[in-house]
Amino acid sequence: MQTALLIEQLLNGIQFGVMLFLMAAGLTLIFGVMGLINLAHGSLYMVGAFACAWVAAATGSFWLGLLASLVAAAAAGAIVEMTVIRRLYGRDHLDQVLATFALILIFSEATRWVFGSFPLYLNIPPLLGGAVALPGGVHYPLYRLAIIGVGLAVALGLYLLISRTRLGMRIRAGESDREMIGALGVDIRTLYTIVFALGAALAGLAGAMVGALQSVQVGMGEPVLILAFVVIVIGGIGSIKGAFVGALLVGITDTMGRLLLPQMLAAIIGPAQAAGIGAALASMLIYIVMALILAVRPKGLFAAQA
Amino acid sequence: MKKILAASALALGLGVSATAFAEPVKVGLITTLSGGGAGLGVDARDGFMLAIKLSGATDIEVVTEDDAMKPELAVQIADKMIQSDKVDVLTGIIWSNLAMAVVPNAVAQGKFYLSPNAGPSPLAGAKCDKNYFNVAYQNDNFHEAAGNYAQTEGIKKMFILAPNYPAGTDSLNGFKRFYKGELVGEVYTKLGQTDYAAEIAQIRASGADSVFFFLPGGMGIAFMKQYAQSGVEIPVMGPGFSFSQDVLGAIGDAALGAKNTASWSPDLDNARNKEFVTAFKAEYNRLPSIYAAQAFDTGSLIAAVAAKTDVKDADAFRAALEAADFQSVRGKFKFNTNHHPIQDFYVREVVKDADGVLTNKIIATSFTDHEDAYAKDCKM
Repeated sequence: MQTALLIEQLLNGIQFGVMLFLMAAGLTLIFGVMGLINLAHGSLYMVGAFACAWVAAATGSFWLGLLASLVAAAAAGAIVEMTVIRRLYGRDHLDQVLATFALILIFSEATRWVFGSFPLYLNIPPLLGGAVALPGGVHYPLYRLAIIGVGLAVALGLYLLISRTRLGMRIRAGESDREMIGALGVDIRTLYTIVFALGAALAGLAGAMVGALQSVQVGMGEPVLILAFVVIVIGGIGSIKGAFVGALLVGITDTMGRLLLPQMLAAIIGPAQAAGIGAALASMLIYIVMALILAVRPKGLFAAQA
Repeated sequence: MKKILAASALALGLGVSATAFAEPVKVGLITTLSGGGAGLGVDARDGFMLAIKLSGATDIEVVTEDDAMKPELAVQIADKMIQSDKVDVLTGIIWSNLAMAVVPNAVAQGKFYLSPNAGPSPLAGAKCDKNYFNVAYQNDNFHEAAGNYAQTEGIKKMFILAPNYPAGTDSLNGFKRFYKGELVGEVYTKLGQTDYAAEIAQIRASGADSVFFFLPGGMGIAFMKQYAQSGVEIPVMGPGFSFSQDVLGAIGDAALGAKNTASWSPDLDNARNKEFVTAFKAEYNRLPSIYAAQAFDTGSLIAAVAAKTDVKDADAFRAALEAADFQSVRGKFKFNTNHHPIQDFYVREVVKDADGVLTNKIIATSFTDHEDAYAKDCKM
């Protein structure tokens, strides 16, 4: 039974990590290419979830909702980039943080205005419902396996996009020298909008997939945003590979910590206190890991540029 | 000139004497209107305002502010309401960590605080105050009722789960006070956590006969949906918060049949409750939750007391609050010596009503005239 539990928790950790990767990939791309700190990334995650829940409720199809989440988040991202974000590239990080924080408030209140304060209903499509038996006596929800699959596919797709395509080449060029590729005649404004919309679409996709699993409500993006920042700091800002490794590290550390820390403490101080102290320590664990990694590698695991 | 002065002095005198008996009461309502906990706060606000409206009182002024579920913000708002809005009575807080930050400070400044929800154990026991009244419950109560139910049902192995904050520890302590069977797991999660895969895996491995969980608001929605998908077949139960009207719609059919305990239910059979449920549906076009019901009682109590006594006469106002002479949606209502209610607790089951809407129905009574465990520590 104990091995089955460990395997299940490992899968949980990977699933959580993969979901974080979808958030962190957009965040790190936007920071890497445009040098912009986008606090409103969590709002795009929320936009995706609400679009999915609304369309799924109206049409009865989760899949149409999933498509809507991609379109809505990408569109919201593109509009925000063209109207607000574009004015922030030349400014320092404090102005960017201030403006994108304002965007969080605007998005949250607008969503509350349109959809109300109560959580929306969004359920898993029947096709992916229930649990499947895996080798080793493990039962695991099919939907979570699907999230792992989608996350890995997106990671592979992003890798190919960045290393094999012309767009990817421009993104890499933009990361190393923004002024130079503008001077070489690349339409940098369109490139920025595309990268921003791509990041937004990934966040929206994550929001929709997780919304079906958790609850679709205003403010759902901010807790994830904090973890996504932890991920890109650990992975090295601007690096997709770093985001992937960092996301899995955070996901697995957090999940395993929540299981193992209370159990380990219980052997020392008795189960009653261990439950409370262990839970408190487990929620600190990823930040401790981040601090340790930064102490050894101040620029993160895979720093994008020297 | 003299004439005018005399006239205005007379007018002032008349004015004072005319209003002396019905001094307007200013109420500060601090509750969660944004973020993940907003559903609870909106229900509390709507229930409270409905009570004031139905009472027909014209001399109660309510100032409402959003605490965003943040203790530091709630403290700032309370200070502002006391100092610049000059409120007489504060109310509205949903979350115990916020209540612990606001209440001691407010009552120390001579203001009344009436809690429509949060009932942390210190405020019921050693740190109780003559100006603090809890109209809802002491935090442990619903969970004690659930523990008692699990015990009388003869459930042998329980797995219990709550968030790591004052009401969470109160919850599990309350459950354990009446449940004497074996605990195969006791887990505290992070407040606001939305992914419970790790906990559900532990439940699967625990071999429990039943799961008791206290996860209010969005946390409970996430837990129930994930639990339904996990393939774990162990039945779940919880306090009324985990299956309250504000979350049932988002959980969906996964909640059907779940047992939960509360001091109130929409089908509770008394005239005042019928009036409340009908009026709430007519006004807001949804069924009220437990938070709305408790806030409605808080509003009714303030309106009833304000109609009889002057809020500036703190001793008379307090005595009138203690008498609690108002119509409660819970049928009967009485304060204990520590200003917390003595009331009945019911076991409810999640069912579908005639319109196909998920709601709760009373199936049994867990406690009659139940008092909280901390009243003896309260020296007033």
